[in-house]
This record gives sequence, C-alpha cells and structure tokens, in this order.
Amino acid sequence: MKDVLILGAASDIAKAVAHQYAADGYNVVLAARNAARLAETATDIKIRYQVEATTAEFDALDFAGHAAFYDALTPKPDVVVVVFGYLGDQDKAQVDFTETQRIIDTNYTGAVSILNIVANDMERRRAGTIIGVSSVAGDRGRGSNYIYGSAKAALTAYLSGLRNRLAKSNVHVVTVKPGFVRTKMTEGLPLPGPVTAKPEQVAKDVLKADHKKLNQIYSLWMWRYLMMIIRNIPEPIFKKMKL
Amino acid sequence: MIKLGNVVKFLAVLILGSIAGIIGTLLLAPRSGRETRQSIKQKGQNVLHKLKSAREKSADPNMKEISNWGNYPQVQVKFHEFEDLETLRKLITQSDEVIARGNGRCYGDSALAPEIISSLRYNKFLSFDKEQGIIRCQSGVLLSEILDVIVPQGWFLPVTPGTKLITVGGAIASDVHGKSQHKAGNFSDHLIDMEIMVGDGTIVKCSHTENTELFLTTCGGMGLTGVILNATMQLIPVETAYIRQESIKIHNFDHMMAVFEESENWNYSVAWMDCLARGKHLGRGFLTRGEHAKIEELSSKQQQKPLLISERLKLNVPFNFPSFALNTFSVTAFNTALYLKQPNGTVESIESYDTFFYPLDSIQNWNRIYGKQGFTQYQFILPKAASREGVHRILDRIAESGHVPFLAVLKLYRQQNGYLPFGIEGFSLALDFPIKNGLFDFLDELDEIVLEYGGRLYLTKDVRMNKSMFTQSYPNVERFINNVRDLNHGNKFKSFQSDRVGITQ
Ligand SMILES: Cc1cc2nc3c(=O)[nH]c(=O)nc-3n(C[C@H](O)[C@H](O)[C@H](O)COP(=O)(O)OP(=O)(O)OC[C@H]3O[C@@H](n4cnc5c(N)ncnc54)[C@H](O)[C@@H]3O)c2cc1C
Repeated sequence: MKDVLILGAASDIAKAVAHQYAADGYNVVLAARNAARLAETATDIKIRYQVEATTAEFDALDFAGHAAFYDALTPKPDVVVVVFGYLGDQDKAQVDFTETQRIIDTNYTGAVSILNIVANDMERRRAGTIIGVSSVAGDRGRGSNYIYGSAKAALTAYLSGLRNRLAKSNVHVVTVKPGFVRTKMTEGLPLPGPVTAKPEQVAKDVLKADHKKLNQIYSLWMWRYLMMIIRNIPEPIFKKMKL
Repeated sequence: MIKLGNVVKFLAVLILGSIAGIIGTLLLAPRSGRETRQSIKQKGQNVLHKLKSAREKSADPNMKEISNWGNYPQVQVKFHEFEDLETLRKLITQSDEVIARGNGRCYGDSALAPEIISSLRYNKFLSFDKEQGIIRCQSGVLLSEILDVIVPQGWFLPVTPGTKLITVGGAIASDVHGKSQHKAGNFSDHLIDMEIMVGDGTIVKCSHTENTELFLTTCGGMGLTGVILNATMQLIPVETAYIRQESIKIHNFDHMMAVFEESENWNYSVAWMDCLARGKHLGRGFLTRGEHAKIEELSSKQQQKPLLISERLKLNVPFNFPSFALNTFSVTAFNTALYLKQPNGTVESIESYDTFFYPLDSIQNWNRIYGKQGFTQYQFILPKAASREGVHRILDRIAESGHVPFLAVLKLYRQQNGYLPFGIEGFSLALDFPIKNGLFDFLDELDEIVLEYGGRLYLTKDVRMNKSMFTQSYPNVERFINNVRDLNHGNKFKSFQSDRVGITQ
C-alpha cells in the first residue's frame, strides 16, 4: 500500500486530488488547519475506496512546527502534494505589508519550509514524489495580482531547482500550473467556460503527471499555449495592457 | 542526451511563441492613421459590448436554464448548491418558493420551481457496516456510487429503478421502485431512518417508528416536506454481481398476464410490450425475470471474480434528433424488429447487474432521440381485474390518435405504503410520447379512462396531470396536503407540479 500526504487538504482541488489517489489505491493523509472539519471527507474516502484515510493538523505558516509535523507521520508518505496557497487581496497587500507577507509566506515560504524537510527525507530514502501546485499567475507578473504571482513564480523556480537536485536520487518533482478552476473560491465569477477546469480535471491531470513522471504540467492543457502567448508579449506593450 | 524530437519541439515552441508575439503586437500596438484607430475603437466597443452583455446576463450568476429528463419544460430558475448545513439553512430560510433537486431524472416538473436547491454536492458516505449490510450517506450520493461501493463487498440494493443515475434523496422523495416491486416493495420500505431539514432550518430525524407522520409524508412526498439530508439503508446480500435471467416471448395480453402471475415468486420481473401491435397481437412482447445468480451458476471466468463486472462501453447521443425521426413507420419497424428478434419460448442467460437493471444507462443522453421539444412518460396503473380491458381501451385510443408512443414497459405491482402511493395491486404501463401539439389534450382523455377503472398516474413521470385527476385518483390526498401544510412552513417548498396538481396552491 502506498501513502499520499495532501498538504492544504481543505480546498476543492485538494479534495479532488485525495479522491484520485485513493481511487488509485493510496492511503491518504489529509493535512490542514482545523483538520477536524475534514473528518467527514476522510470517512467518505475510506468507504468509497477501501483505503485508510486520516486527518492531521498542519499550518503552512507555522514554520517552526513543520519538522515535528513530518516526524510524527508514520509511515512516511510516498507522495507529497502541496496544494495550500493564499490568493489574498492585491489592493490591500499594496498598502498593508501584513497581507503581502501572508501571501508570500503561504504560497512560498511555507511550501519551502515543509518541502525542505520532505526533500531531505526522500533523498535519504532514494524514493518518493513531490507535487507542487503552483499557478499560471507565476508565469508573468500582472498589475492586478503580481504579489500572489511573484510568490507562485518563486515556488515554480524552487520546484524546478528541487527537481534538478533530486533527479539523481530517484525522487521525482512535478510542477502543476492550474489556470482558472471552478471552485468555492471562484463561485459566481463569470469564468470563461472553455479554459476553466473542474477540480476533478485538475486532479486527474495531477495523477497522470505522477504516473507518467511528467515534470511540469498546465491544467487545462491549453493554458500551456495561452501562457506561451502571454509570456511572449513584448514588455513595452505588456506594460500598457490592463491585466 | 538531447533528443531530436525535443529540438523540434523547442523550435516549434519558439516559432509559435514569436507568431503569438507578433499577433499580440499587431493587436495591441498603437497604430497611426484615423482609419485604423477607428477600426480599433469599433473592435474595442464590440468587445466591450459583448463583455457587458455577458456581465448583465450573469448579473445573477445563479440563474440557470433547467429541465429534467423529458427536456420539457425548460425554465429559467435560481439554482443553488450546498456542501454544508449552514449554507443550506441560509438558502432555505431566505427563499420562499423552493424545491430540492437531485440528479434531475424525474421526467417532468417535480424538481422544478423558481428556486432550486441541488443536493449533488452534498454527497458523502457516512458509514458502512459490512457485516450487517447497513449503509448511511448524504442525500446527493447516486445509486451508481453506492453500487460501486457495496457490490464488490457482496451487497446489493433491495430496490432499484431502471436507471442508477439518481440520488438517494430523489429515490426517497419519489419512493421509487423497480423490477422487485411485487416482492420487495418500494425504496422507503428498506430505510432505517433519515434526517430532513424542514422549512425553519431545523433538522428532524424520522423513521418507521420515530416522527412517523414526517417519515410517511416525506417518502413519496416529492420534496414537499423539506430537504432530505441523509438516509440509512438496509442492503441485501448477494453472492455475485450477476443475474440469472429468463426472457420469455409473449404472444398477446392474456399470455402476458398469465406469465406475470406465474413469475410471482421471482424477485425481478418486467416486460416490454409492442404497443403498436393490434388485434390478436395486442400485448405481444417479452417478459424478463431474474434472480441474483449463485456462484456455481457463473462461467468459470466469471467465477474468478464473481463480484466484479467490467466497465461497460458507453455510447452517447450527441445531439437532439429531428422531430420527424420518431413516426408511426419508424417506431412500428423498431418494435416489430425487437419482437421478431426475440426467439420463441424461454431464453436463459447470465447477465451482469448493469445490463439487467440499467440497459438504458449505457446510452448517455438517450432522451435526445425525442428531439428539442422533449417528451413525457405516461405511466399509469390499473387494478388487476380492470387491467386487461383498460389497457385494451387505452391502446385503441392511442392507435386512433396519431400520437405514437415509443417505449412501452409493463409490470405487475403490489400495494405501496405512504400517503401518495403509486403502487396498487395491478398492472402499470409506461409509455413515452414525444411532445407535440394536442398531446396534452389527448392525455387528458386517457386520464378519464384511467380514472374510470380506479387507476392513477406516477407523479415522478408526470408533467401535465390536472388537479381534478390528481385529487380523484390518489386516496390520501387530503391527509397529505394537511401534513405538508403543517410541516412545510407556509408552503415554502413547492414545485411547478405541486402547484399544478393543487397540493401547494
Ligand atoms: C431512464 C429512467 C428510468 C427510470 N426508471 C424508473 C423506475 O423503474 N422506477 C421508478 O420508480 N422511477 C424510475 N425513474 C424515475 C426516477 O427514478 C425518479 O424520478 C427519481 O426520483 C429521480 O431521482 P433524482 O435524484 O434524479 O431526483 P430529481 O429528478 O432531481 O427529483 C425528483 C423528486 O425528488 C425530490 N428530491 C430530490 N432530492 C431531494 C432531497 N434531497 N430532498 C427532498 N426531495 C428531494 C425532488 O424535489 C423531486 O420531487 C426512471 C427515470 C429514468 C430517467
């Protein structure tokens, strides 16, 4: 039996990822703040897929507690998925550094803090897979959410470096860049249908990337090409666009 | 090593990227000349206009065009979802013309109202006792999901309708039945308990022994007492995921009735009837009956994994058929072919539970063969003694009418419990009609025949029955209406159907 650890398990994408892995035969650990609220999700997963499912208390911002959190896990996970993140409020962040810091720390520092620990363990075991959910927003900074975007850009760079380091230790690292996703967070927003994914689709893409040992995926796939266009707009023009 | 393929990909990306860059430049660069500026301005306004109308349209992002399985009627409604009780409580207390909706597999307007609360995201399993075969889940769980969990562990649903793509909430609210109705009764007969959120937002638990009025009014109560939250169900044990089936060719209606009587001890029975056959052929078709197969009845290959069946190939009807596709000619040809294909006498076979119970589920969107106008199912039941004469008269009238029913399904029932029971001891015939001018007037005429013989129509298939037909044919209507009034906080829960048949209006 293999084990997957889902960090930031309360989001719609995280839950969908948990279902995918459980359906694939993995035991799952759902880790998040107020983990008690995930008890029903864990029970549901246990009954549906005949696997073990447990919850664990985890706070991305409690850097000091990360080592103890990971130490307490038995057995150690074969797959670790970092899903936690914080979109935040760009306007507020521009004038209020605590908001900026929360965005950076949740999306970047928190992920680095826990993944450093995971990476060392997997490197030692010479086995494992790390999956980081970054964002297309990290592909190019835009006026309307560059604080979030830059934190995700840093995460993307971190994951790429980690992949490079761990490749020789048989540890695989996947970077996932979702575009628009229809979740509780985006409920009611008029997202463009053809490029908007359901959490289940993103989760399927994640499992597929793991199985096929892909390095970096966009979800939905067409975001790869959309972002290629956006990245290639010359800066003199880009800076004048309202984005 | 760098592969050539990667180099090609890299170059392609580079070229694509620069093309995109060029396009971007062309689109966005400030151009000189009045003409180009104007054209840009126009384009801009076009885009703005589109955005604006899109925004206006989505002014209320919850507005949705919805219809149920018959694709008629299609209505604009406010559509809500919930995953937790707080959200649901808010929705219920804030709206006053609302109905719960499961998977929209009722045929007509039972699950339609100005505001709809969908249970589909309230879909967690809560517990499963594998020793006793007792399962508890939230109301948005589909029967197909339950089967996926229980069959591999040797359990089955005691009652299942002809599609597994319905929710537990919908199964209770319509108190559905299946091929086992004559033996196992209806869905709610196997409920251990359930919880309901009623109009003031409180949660009430009920069962055959606790809060029984609420329980009996909710089972088959078409969502009018509140939103069913969860249910605990008793399952039946099975050795295999297969059914031992007998399929018997039927030559006429008397033969049909006789074989149904003779099949009384079989757990499952249902018949397909060629509803266009006339005279001495009237009532011809075939009856299938079945039992859960024992391990020794399976092939040696099936015996290796007796509780697992392979995923079926799924077909899809990708678009609405034109309305002329189903006419007397094509339907007669279809029915005749179906009848002739069936060998004489009795054919025995082992079928997976999927093919035995849910033959139609393998064709996604099959309702589209009835075209854009949609269709309705006229399902009536007549007391046993009157069935022969009644069915004859109704089929005669249909033959004269020019309305062509496509599918006809016949079954023998026993008496059903609850305040709005469809089942009585007798025969039910279900006929699918494409919707066209004059159909509803014609069905009003058929209603009179059904009423004359003491029969009634199945609410979850209905879209047009009038108040007088409803109140005359269902025996406990008054008690039901009174209970709904008491329990339902000023008729907060109502559907277009419940208004039409006079329950909530
Ligand atoms: C191909 C096909 C075959 C069928 N065969 C049969 C059959 O053999 N026997 C049979 O009995 N039926 C049959 N049906 C009908 C179907 O089983 C019922 O209409 C069933 O109620 C549909 O369930 P649903 O989840 O889709 O609910 P919906 O269609 O969405 O709703 C049906 C009713 O249930 C109420 N409801 C739904 N969820 C809740 C809830 N959580 N709380 C309170 N009320 C709720 C709605 O208000 C509505 O009144 C068939 C339908 C199809 C499409």
